[in-house]
Amino acid sequence: MNEILEILSENAKATPAEIAALIGRPEAAVASEIQELEESGVIRKYITLINWEKLDKSYVFAVLELKVALQRKTGYDAVAERIANFSEVESVRLISGDHDLSVTVRGESMKDIAYFVAEKIAPLEGVQSTCTHFILKSYKEHGVFLTDKPKPQRLVITP
Amino acid sequence: MKQKQRLKNVPPWRAEGHLNRVVKAMPPSGIRKFFDLVSEMEGAISLGVGEPDFVTPWHVREACIYSLESGNTHYTSNKGMPELREAICDSVRSDLGLDYNPSEQILITTGVSEAVDLAFRATLNPGDEAIVPEPCYVAYAPDVVLAGGVARAVPTRLEVEFRLRPEDVSAAVTNKSRVLLLSYPNNPTGAIMTRSDLEELADVVVENDLLVVSDEVYAKLTYSGSHASFAQLEGMQERTVILNGLSKSHAMTGWRIGYALGDPDLVGAMTKIHQYTMLCAPTMAQVAAIEAMQKGDEEMVHMRHEYNLRRRMFVSGLNRIGLDCFEPKGAFYAFPSVRSWGLSSEEFAERLLKEQKVAVVPGNVFGQSGEGFLRCSYATSREELIEALDRMEIFLSGL
Repeated sequence: MNEILEILSENAKATPAEIAALIGRPEAAVASEIQELEESGVIRKYITLINWEKLDKSYVFAVLELKVALQRKTGYDAVAERIANFSEVESVRLISGDHDLSVTVRGESMKDIAYFVAEKIAPLEGVQSTCTHFILKSYKEHGVFLTDKPKPQRLVITP
Repeated sequence: MKQKQRLKNVPPWRAEGHLNRVVKAMPPSGIRKFFDLVSEMEGAISLGVGEPDFVTPWHVREACIYSLESGNTHYTSNKGMPELREAICDSVRSDLGLDYNPSEQILITTGVSEAVDLAFRATLNPGDEAIVPEPCYVAYAPDVVLAGGVARAVPTRLEVEFRLRPEDVSAAVTNKSRVLLLSYPNNPTGAIMTRSDLEELADVVVENDLLVVSDEVYAKLTYSGSHASFAQLEGMQERTVILNGLSKSHAMTGWRIGYALGDPDLVGAMTKIHQYTMLCAPTMAQVAAIEAMQKGDEEMVHMRHEYNLRRRMFVSGLNRIGLDCFEPKGAFYAFPSVRSWGLSSEEFAERLLKEQKVAVVPGNVFGQSGEGFLRCSYATSREELIEALDRMEIFLSGL
């Protein structure tokens, strides 16, 4: 795997100088490779993982499972693109199993999301059924624990 | 006189008069002083820890939990569980290309520490000498002494990157020499011995009929090529006992699982002591070790990769701030020199701790040839390593 991407995938704030020291390459070479990765679209965006639940007012998230009728020529892509265009939608994935699309949406309240599904998603041509799962608590996101746990202690000096 | 009155006149009982004189004469570990200093300090960054900062991979812990739930709480065979012995022999075959019979050439021990003790006790007669290259892990010489032997320290030098040279061994050999200890990749220096380095030692080993006790607990943490063992050399497998374990490779220090591989008679002798003193390694830890040996490679490779990233960053950082450091190619220690700063190892370490709250271990703790150096463990997070380098740089600018 690309060492630079491995490091950035864990810490978007890692600077080219820090990455260069870790992998033992010149800083300029690392910087130009990052630029190439950005320009070619491998790196899409640098984002921050936020534990919204720690705030007094949080967002509500839901996972929608959709059954979708396959379209001639465009398959699932056309309807997936239409759904993805809504700003409420965080992710759209084609999945195997009982359903076809898995969609994550973000809203201000449960009511918000319920209306969004009823008014925008369910009536879409090609969407045959929807099943909305509200997320009650998130334990781990993007490989990171959202629950606070005490760090296991090591002895401060050992031979 | 009544018993009560008689007892009143007896002087207070002191344990000291009942202690074994070898144990009494043994100096306490030089690490103790620093341990106490660091323990009392708030906000100190410790580069003094000789164990992984990773927690044992979850699937290994989970296998142990399941086994406990199933009620596997009994003794195992003295030698250790057959499945574990087989898993280790399989992995040694693929790593080193060496065959060991899982029924008579391997013993599972309670950590490599026990294996070191057993190896010396099983081979040394009173007055026999073991050649111990220094700087090295603090337990070897005391273990030799407890076995009734004499530890003959051999200094290794920065000029040869702390590798053991045949002339160093020759100079230390006497007619009482029986054992040569090797511990590469090395704690505290991070030095490794390549196959050709080891080949140069073979003549002196054979000429003096030495048994080689090879502690290879850091073998998996080799960053340049693959680990070489003395046992791999032509004709040397028989006269080498390999000691290894899962502590460093699989982040399993607290589980206490090690093993010894070697000649059936030698392993048999070690097993005899083990059966009378330890009986068997803890069953739940052996179960976890089976899981780690059979399915733990992916995490092991991941951890090694992370250590390697930190190693590059930290060692280049030390050299940048003015602490000269040769490239350590194994374990997770850097061993920079402080000679040009006009302070002894202890003075440097003590002042660094008090003035900038960074804990390192002075090199002389690991033997006289470690004087003038510091052992810095990079088995700590990248953030802490960067902060430690910053603090060390400030400290140096004040010298």
